[in-house]
Amino acid sequence: MNKASPNWLNFLSISFLALWLLLASVPFLWTFWGSFKVQADFFSKQDWQYAIFGIRTIVETGANFTSDGYNGAWIQEGFWKAALNTAFVTLSVVTISLTLGTLGGYALARSGFRYAFWILIAALIFRAMPHITLVSGYLLPFFELGLWGHLSTTIIVLVAINQPFTLWMLHSFFLSIPRDLDESAMVDGCTRFEAFKHVIIPVMWPGVITTGLFSFLLAYNDFAITALLLTEENQTMVPKIASFLGSTQEQGNVMFAVAAVVSATAPLFVLVMFFQRQIVSGLTAGAIKG
Amino acid sequence: MPHHTFVKFIWPSALAMLVFIALPIISITIQSFYIEHEQVLVTAENCGPFGCKKVTTVDVEATRALSEQKPLGKFNGFGTYTNRNHLAFSQIGEAWNAAPNLGYFISEVLNLPFYKALSFTLTYTFVVTPCVIILGFCIALCVNRLPSIFKGPTIFLSLLPMIITPLIGSLVLFWMIDAEGIIGSFLKIIFDDPNLSLKASPSLTWIMLIVYGIWHHAPFAFVVFYAGLQTVPKDTLESAMIDGASRWEQTRYVVVPYLMPLVVFVSLIQLMDNFRVFEPIVGFNAQASATSLSWLIYNDFRSGDGAMLFGSAAATSILTIIGISILLTPIIVRTWQSSKPAVR
Repeated sequence: MNKASPNWLNFLSISFLALWLLLASVPFLWTFWGSFKVQADFFSKQDWQYAIFGIRTIVETGANFTSDGYNGAWIQEGFWKAALNTAFVTLSVVTISLTLGTLGGYALARSGFRYAFWILIAALIFRAMPHITLVSGYLLPFFELGLWGHLSTTIIVLVAINQPFTLWMLHSFFLSIPRDLDESAMVDGCTRFEAFKHVIIPVMWPGVITTGLFSFLLAYNDFAITALLLTEENQTMVPKIASFLGSTQEQGNVMFAVAAVVSATAPLFVLVMFFQRQIVSGLTAGAIKG
Repeated sequence: MPHHTFVKFIWPSALAMLVFIALPIISITIQSFYIEHEQVLVTAENCGPFGCKKVTTVDVEATRALSEQKPLGKFNGFGTYTNRNHLAFSQIGEAWNAAPNLGYFISEVLNLPFYKALSFTLTYTFVVTPCVIILGFCIALCVNRLPSIFKGPTIFLSLLPMIITPLIGSLVLFWMIDAEGIIGSFLKIIFDDPNLSLKASPSLTWIMLIVYGIWHHAPFAFVVFYAGLQTVPKDTLESAMIDGASRWEQTRYVVVPYLMPLVVFVSLIQLMDNFRVFEPIVGFNAQASATSLSWLIYNDFRSGDGAMLFGSAAATSILTIIGISILLTPIIVRTWQSSKPAVR
């Protein structure tokens, strides 16, 4: 703590931060804890302490914790299939959009012509398009061409929607790699592709990993596109949770949705835990160049 | 880099953006001028023991054949734009003529689906964006003062609301704020009103959605400003201190101007993201009191009987795109002017 600052300022700053951290983390802890209880505890109408001590859970199941919600969601309602679909979609989206993005971003960073700037401005405008307006452009052509409902169509759409952001980030990353590096390789007789392959690829991984994280988040978190472009059996996790809401509220199975929500949050937690530094540096890179 | 090499590198990415971002914009422009076919009706005389009756039925075969032949529907010109569900010119005219006072007129207009959605979208955008910037900046200032061992865990917890899937984040909050949830039941006790329900009250629903928006987006502003704070030149701060500037004055006259470009960046991204607000409305199940432009488009594809209203969705999409362009033009022009010299 800054020694020169007065006590009241320290106190104010610490309590403000503590309040924010509570707001940021308690909802997740609450839902995680509650997902192992029964509905009467999770939504404890009579007494909020039920949610913490699980009084009804002990009465209904005889134990302190129950995995009924998880059983119901993963096995009974087939959430495992949605999880597999999500894994497939996000992995493909990250791989393809990084491949296209590194090539494009490298070209934009090294071009030196004015049109590269205009492509970046166009990408910025494309970034502003609300995703669902684009979806309303896809639906009719996709129905007509028989492309609707497949995972592969969704993957390509997500890759395309990811491109503006990926291009911007990798462009600013490649600008930070000295030009001399690949140009000296070209003086030694490499073509541009060879220089890219032998000189740039070995040093580009920090930027690629950071960009990949954000591609992952976009693909993983998307609801507008996956909800409207996928058939029911191809649904990924997020639209599946949305469809749980409709069906389970009537049957009193809200706990299935709660369990599914906690399951879908877990990978994101792990991601932040391992890649916190990259996420922070990625947002910064975008800010300083953007 | 010569042109042909440039093209070789960029074509896959450019093609993807052209086909899946530029073409759809053309596609919705065309679709917005068409409207679904009316159902083909056949009138048949049904004769029974008690006389003959004329029965009108839908000729499913003929309807399907027609829509297969012309999937776009029939040409409607600007009809979809001006109908009740969009710009509703005639309804506004009627309301204007019938209205005894301005308040009545405004409430009539805000009952029309498009204007209802527009009013929420704009309110959300213009409340959430500045709040996110201010809250993010305050968090960044506080975290910057922490001893370095606490910084890591603080940043970890602060990032959670941002990286969470928007639909999941809004559900997590909704389950707590709902009448049966923990915060909801506390509010009932505090206000001493057993029937208090956030869902039933439009203004509480708006507040809830806006709070969610601030909660979800503040970490982004925080991280950007926090990173910016690390690069504030120390000697400028010190010379301000020597000149007798108080802590507040240092922040106000040195730190804030230095971070101004980042504020522009954050507002640009925030305006883009907040104008497309959609998932929280689904997550909070709030469509009765608050709808957004994106939600209207979604709703056109989810209307009860399974028919998808392509024309209507496309017209709303075009109006949304016009809206976002109006919103962003000032900032993009500014960014363009300031970044001009940076490009060779």
